[in-house]
Amino acid sequence: MTIDLTDTTTGAILEALSQARRRLGGPASGMVLTLIIVTDESSQYDAVRAANHAGREHPSRVLAVIARRPKAESRLDAEIRVGETGPGETILLRMYGPLGQHADSVVAPLLAPDVPVVTWWPDEAPPAPSTDPLGTVAQRRVTDAASSDAPRDMLLSLAKAYQPGDTDLSWTRSTPWRTLLAATLDQPYPELLSGEVLAEPDNPTGDLMAAWLGLRLGIEVRRGESGGPGVTEVGFETPEGKVTISRPDGRTATLSWPGRPERRVALHRRETDDLIAEELRRLEPDEVYGETIRALAGGSAR
Amino acid sequence: MTTEPGLAPANPGVIAGLDEDAGSRNPLRDPRDRRIPRVAGPCVLVMFGVTGDLARKKLMPAVYDLANRGLLPPGFSFVGFARRNWENEDFAQVTYQAVKEYARTPFRDAVWEQLSEGVRFVPGEFDDDAAFDRLAETVRELDAERGTGGNYAFYLSIPPKAFPTVVQQLKRSGLSDSGGHGWRRVVIEKPFGHDLASARELNATLDGVFPPESVFRIDHYLGKETVQNILALRFANEMYEPIWNRGYVDHVQITMAEDIGIGGRAGYYDGIGAARDVIQNHLLQLLALMAMEEPAAFDADSLRMEKEKVLSAVRLPADLATGTARGQYSAGWQGGRQVWGFLEEDGIPADSRTETYAALRLGVDTRRWAGVPFYLRAGKRLPRRMTEIALIFQRAPHLPFSATDTEELGQNALVIRIQPDEGITVRFGSKVPGTAMEVRDVNMDFAYGESFTESSPEAYERLLLDVLIGDPPLFPRQQEVELSWRILDPVEDFWATYTKPDQYPAGTAGPASAEAMMARDGRAWRRL
Repeated sequence: MTIDLTDTTTGAILEALSQARRRLGGPASGMVLTLIIVTDESSQYDAVRAANHAGREHPSRVLAVIARRPKAESRLDAEIRVGETGPGETILLRMYGPLGQHADSVVAPLLAPDVPVVTWWPDEAPPAPSTDPLGTVAQRRVTDAASSDAPRDMLLSLAKAYQPGDTDLSWTRSTPWRTLLAATLDQPYPELLSGEVLAEPDNPTGDLMAAWLGLRLGIEVRRGESGGPGVTEVGFETPEGKVTISRPDGRTATLSWPGRPERRVALHRRETDDLIAEELRRLEPDEVYGETIRALAGGSAR
Repeated sequence: MTTEPGLAPANPGVIAGLDEDAGSRNPLRDPRDRRIPRVAGPCVLVMFGVTGDLARKKLMPAVYDLANRGLLPPGFSFVGFARRNWENEDFAQVTYQAVKEYARTPFRDAVWEQLSEGVRFVPGEFDDDAAFDRLAETVRELDAERGTGGNYAFYLSIPPKAFPTVVQQLKRSGLSDSGGHGWRRVVIEKPFGHDLASARELNATLDGVFPPESVFRIDHYLGKETVQNILALRFANEMYEPIWNRGYVDHVQITMAEDIGIGGRAGYYDGIGAARDVIQNHLLQLLALMAMEEPAAFDADSLRMEKEKVLSAVRLPADLATGTARGQYSAGWQGGRQVWGFLEEDGIPADSRTETYAALRLGVDTRRWAGVPFYLRAGKRLPRRMTEIALIFQRAPHLPFSATDTEELGQNALVIRIQPDEGITVRFGSKVPGTAMEVRDVNMDFAYGESFTESSPEAYERLLLDVLIGDPPLFPRQQEVELSWRILDPVEDFWATYTKPDQYPAGTAGPASAEAMMARDGRAWRRL
């Protein structure tokens, strides 16, 4: 059911929530986390949809914080959705006027007790997520450099402000690639002399992968450009010749290794809901991301 | 390494161990990098018995789901062997249908396309030398074409009587011998024999051809999240272990109830019965996980050592006549439908003494469990399908309430539901709202479905991946199988010599003798 509350308070929201639950015949149980989405009216639909999708894996209380008309009078409107989109609860919080600057005062009473808090900025993120009022309440702060107009600059500023618990969806996008690369090196392999990651020019995932490989392998890994989609190729120079994994179509990757048959494997690009689901699966700080993004900022990737 | 309860992998130590091992060779693997899953290395999965139900409904979909999750290596190949006049394409079509119908993850053309490139079929009988030579040729071609590196897993989804023939054929054709290049693994399904002698015989068949560490015995119960969670519940938490002993526990009930009859399995079931079919493997494994001491580490050897220790401490009741019960379902009404009795089922002789219900009381002779009975029961055509482990606690030594206040207070219980509705229930007394002091039982519930919906992989997916990776902790070793038969054999002998199964109407909770067995101890079975 959907409940609309206009010019309301957090007390009234909590009351409406507990009434709705009673009417649907169950207490709030099995809520595994609170997900705060900081967004605007134009992209809230996609973000909330992705969160609800991910919520099938992780039933959560989703709080969408939407700032509206900063010049207006302070006002809080709430749209509560329970028992519709999945096992969790969704509350869209529209904040008008100066209240938009104090969203944390609205969010704090609405956090589900005893469970972790994750804050996600699907679009523009604050330069230092961990010190943002909506970031300090969370143990995990998710940004998305790919949504920025200048992804690389955003990565660099995120690197400067990095605190344990920060993470970025452009890093999440690299998981299938990184899995395949790790699996490839599970087999005996020749000495790797240098490497190259090819991706679209503005693709932050390509930047992070090049930095990660350089850091891990201790070799120079160049970041080359291609027409996409996304990351299209990772290659290594070896004394035996060039080892490459290429994925020109965004669906199937081919592993080429001198003197061995070409091998193919599915490597599809993922939707935002899969990315968010992966982010929510583990809530401890991602130290490997921290090291990678700092290495990127340190310039070892180029 | 810190693990969160519930979120912890079933055997975190094993995964850490693997990472350490691989980490020393593979700079891209880092134990802290929890996003990168374990992926099987290049290999071929050769499956015998691809026309069976298990292959179609569970194994083929599991292969696809693994591929879809990116857990199979580039070049992974899947070879079927059966008595069918099929080409590769026909088999690919059969696999496609099975995947479409039963896979749990969404169907993606790209994944299927890539997977189907590695699908092969070899037609033949098990005693046909030429067919096995063709099989050997097929996998070698795959090594050359698809870079599978001479790593073969043989999945024997076939009746045990065919094992010796197939295993000998694998040996004769040279398939079982890696010659130092790549690995060989063989996967077998229960039943692992029907008594101690036959289990040993079966093992001897395999032993000459595959070394013990290459034999993977699948007990799909051990691949279930809930079962693996027993370890997390007990050893990752502080709350439970202090009361997990004779000081607090009154008794333990382990139940596997099925609502179905024997269906089309008459040929297999007659002469086997409920005890051999599920108590020997599933229920005794559950008992071992419940009762064992904390393993030194969560690796295969430590786990097995503890399980073997506790299984060897299991003691049968002194009097098997009063400490066991068995039954056969008779015609009746089950779940709103009229059903046949066991003796009227197709393929079952009218004088069959095979039981469809078995119950026994076991003791565990350890300091932790001395005097605590473990009641095991398994049956078919019971009111509903349900598998659970219930720890029933002792009553509080003193109640500061009057007897009438606590009339409706039962014993505290902790119930691990294996299926359906996987989860954990804690039952305890609570005050009934109102002006009078009245205490009644209430439930506190944790359901997997609510806390981690959709995240648990199907048991076969998990187990198949473990086979391809070569990670053995979830597979029982021959020693465990033999210990279980040691427990069950005297019971089976006693039953065969002295008793006839009691009848119970289909759709009821089992024979009266099973109720009487509990009643003699002053206890009762939990309601099904």
